[in-house]
Amino acid sequence: MIEFRAVTKRFEDGTIAVDELDLVVEAGTITVFVGPSGCGKTTSLRMVNRMIDSTSGTILVDGKDVMSVDPPTLRLGIGYVIQQAGLFPHRTVLDNVATVPLLSGWDRKRARTRAAELLETVGLDSGFAKRYPAQLSGGQQQRVGVARALAADPPVLLMDEPFSAVDPIVREGLQDELLRLQGELGKTIVFVTHDIDEALKLGDRVAVFREGGHLAQYAKPAELLSAPANDFVASFAGRDRGYRTLTFLRADVPVREVTTATLGSTVTSNGWVLAVDENRRPVGWLSPVDGATEVTADKLISGGSLYDGSSLRAALDAALSSPSALGVTVDPDGAVVGVVQADDVLKALATARAAGEVPS
Amino acid sequence: MTWIFENWDKFLELTAVHLRLAVVPVLIGLVISIPLGWVASRSRVASAVLLPLSNILYTIPSLAMIVIMPALIGSKILDEINVVIPLAIYTVALLIRGISDALRAVPGHVVAAATAMGFRPLRRFITVEFPLAVPVTIAGLRVAMVSNISMVSIGALVGLGGYGQLFIEGYQSNQDKVWAGLIATIVLALIADTLLQVAGRVLTPWVRAGR
Repeated sequence: MIEFRAVTKRFEDGTIAVDELDLVVEAGTITVFVGPSGCGKTTSLRMVNRMIDSTSGTILVDGKDVMSVDPPTLRLGIGYVIQQAGLFPHRTVLDNVATVPLLSGWDRKRARTRAAELLETVGLDSGFAKRYPAQLSGGQQQRVGVARALAADPPVLLMDEPFSAVDPIVREGLQDELLRLQGELGKTIVFVTHDIDEALKLGDRVAVFREGGHLAQYAKPAELLSAPANDFVASFAGRDRGYRTLTFLRADVPVREVTTATLGSTVTSNGWVLAVDENRRPVGWLSPVDGATEVTADKLISGGSLYDGSSLRAALDAALSSPSALGVTVDPDGAVVGVVQADDVLKALATARAAGEVPS
Repeated sequence: MTWIFENWDKFLELTAVHLRLAVVPVLIGLVISIPLGWVASRSRVASAVLLPLSNILYTIPSLAMIVIMPALIGSKILDEINVVIPLAIYTVALLIRGISDALRAVPGHVVAAATAMGFRPLRRFITVEFPLAVPVTIAGLRVAMVSNISMVSIGALVGLGGYGQLFIEGYQSNQDKVWAGLIATIVLALIADTLLQVAGRVLTPWVRAGR
């Protein structure tokens, strides 16, 4: 657990970066600090491992005042992931990951064995161990950065905009990976970002900061979207927050039947036909035609996003992005189970609202 | 050239002296320029003083510096230190700017990551920051080494050993000695340069990995 008690940081030029911050980061959860630049989110993070020292107030990590510990010793027990990964260019991937165990006095062999395990944990195969950081893509470097921070198994992990320098698709993969890791490891994580979507996706709780180092709201993501504490939070959370609230709602949406056909077969239907491969995975849509027609790749219209039963947002998006207005619903193996319609999603939302499941 | 083979023992002796007078100043210069380069990389004031100063020192003619040494430090006229100190100064002058620039070029996120992982400053310098400055340092060492091997000859003018003696003796009596000294100097410089280049490749495998 990390506790901020009336923490203030005033820089030498008089600027107040963080103003009387009171906040508790629960053990084993991800707390995201989010806000525009200059809001004090990074300063707050860096005061935890004393990269920056607070001007007044107290920060406790697992009940212990950080000011009572010598900084290098304190930092050995707190993992840190930085933007651009900050890997050591002159050390191999394996030795980068083994850094903190070696600093903590482990022998070389044990540190390397541990490092090799961690590379596997973050999804990098052993072929990467002997490479140098410059031989890795940005996303791979960031995975190594995460592995390095986890190497000595610290209870607390600080992540300073770790994914902001990689492209959106890679970033999404890294976010999913972090959530999967957290499911296994249960660390106490503080994650800083300026991206509200990233904050809402990753955070068990989200702290929205505003200029001048004020905490505007500290709440669960769903609450932040449905009940913003003030106009600042409402506008920072974005215009389509009503739509994004759906991300946090799970409700039964009726899954309807759809005509499917494998590639190469002949089909007779006067509605939309969903083409699938031999494993019943969707490959595209065939628009309505009269009479029998052969399903060939060149006639297919590519589909929209897929609904995997996760949230109302995924269901609605699948329906809205599909050329047939039918959202393709898949099982965990990716095989088609049916389709959802936007109307049904909205009805499910109305039912959930009536049942009081939607905060308003 | 035939002089070398006819006077092999004498040649080896001159080679040993020449090498010693060239290598020892490079080592001393390296040891001095690392902390000075670090200071120059950390402080604008230090860099504004040290870098121009090193340029000025480099412009002092070597012969002048060698002959003035006994008066400056109270050494004997034939003491090798009269050559070692000036050449060490030139080495520092050649290395300090490169080391300072290379340390400055270490990415901020790398230093921040090291600090956040729990490195203390000295260990961080030795294991993270300086290793990243090694390629530039080796490049500077190669220049300093070759230039020292060439400049050691000047020492012969004040009676100190090395191949320079062959030039002075040869000038008076024997052209062959001059050629022997000239070729030996070049070969020695080439060998030293190659060794340093190889050492650089062995020490910094990561530099080629990035390409």
